[in-house]
Amino acid sequence: MLAKLSACLATLALLSAPAFAQGNKPTDPQIAHIAYTADKIDIVAAKQALAKSKNKEVRAFAQDMVRDHSEVNKEALALVKKLKVTPQDNPTSRALSKQAAAERKKLAKLHGPAFDKAYVANEIAYHKEVDNALETTLIPSASNAQLKSLLQTGLKIFQGHEQHAEHVAADLK
Amino acid sequence: MAPGRICFTALMVLGLSIPAQAKTIRVTIDKLDYIPAVAQAKVGDTIEWINKDALAHTATAKNGAWNVMLKPKKNGHIVLKKAGSVDYFCKFHPNMKGRVVVTP
Ligand SMILES: [Cu+2]
Repeated sequence: MLAKLSACLATLALLSAPAFAQGNKPTDPQIAHIAYTADKIDIVAAKQALAKSKNKEVRAFAQDMVRDHSEVNKEALALVKKLKVTPQDNPTSRALSKQAAAERKKLAKLHGPAFDKAYVANEIAYHKEVDNALETTLIPSASNAQLKSLLQTGLKIFQGHEQHAEHVAADLK
Repeated sequence: MAPGRICFTALMVLGLSIPAQAKTIRVTIDKLDYIPAVAQAKVGDTIEWINKDALAHTATAKNGAWNVMLKPKKNGHIVLKKAGSVDYFCKFHPNMKGRVVVTP
């Protein structure tokens, strides 16, 4: 529990420290990059689950994640193209990727029900974290109205996935 | 008796023997919202969901009465067989919530 909490705090620190410190608002190109990265991370996580899990519900959930996040990213890419915005790499995107790689490594060592539980628990935590970043930083900072609207829909999708993951976690018990 | 009167009586009789025309009530899904969130209908009516999103959704009754799969940009429907208020949600995004109120 404590370890989890401290991991959570560390994550929040990662999210808020480099890019958003001292009232630094991310720019639209950075926001686009962060949103794209956040989606991509969840797709990679789902693919790991599809390669490892034999649980029907976990696999169905992972497939939903691949399908939804691929669609969101398709729309995001279409929008940045239309707006002629070039997504720009930034410390938040890098922190997210680094954290995801560490989580993937951890999950790689687990098998069977232990993997399923850890994957779904991480999905809940990850979606919560992205919800929080969207609500407190990304949406308020977005200056383009269409980008803001895309992020707002993205928030609803992430919140939906978080609840979906919670249902799956309850079933795994 | 005037012909008009006979005609009226005939219509009354028909009206009593034929149930009211069943309707189709449409619920649009746009950006993860069911619109309207509460749909009013009568037994025998059809509820049709129009999924405008590029994402797959469902309309799943909480009481297990029905489960409609809604592929991206596709529609789905059910015919309402029982009176009552049914809450429903999306299995993929349980934060999506709607209600169908069915009167006899
Ligand atoms: Cu949905």
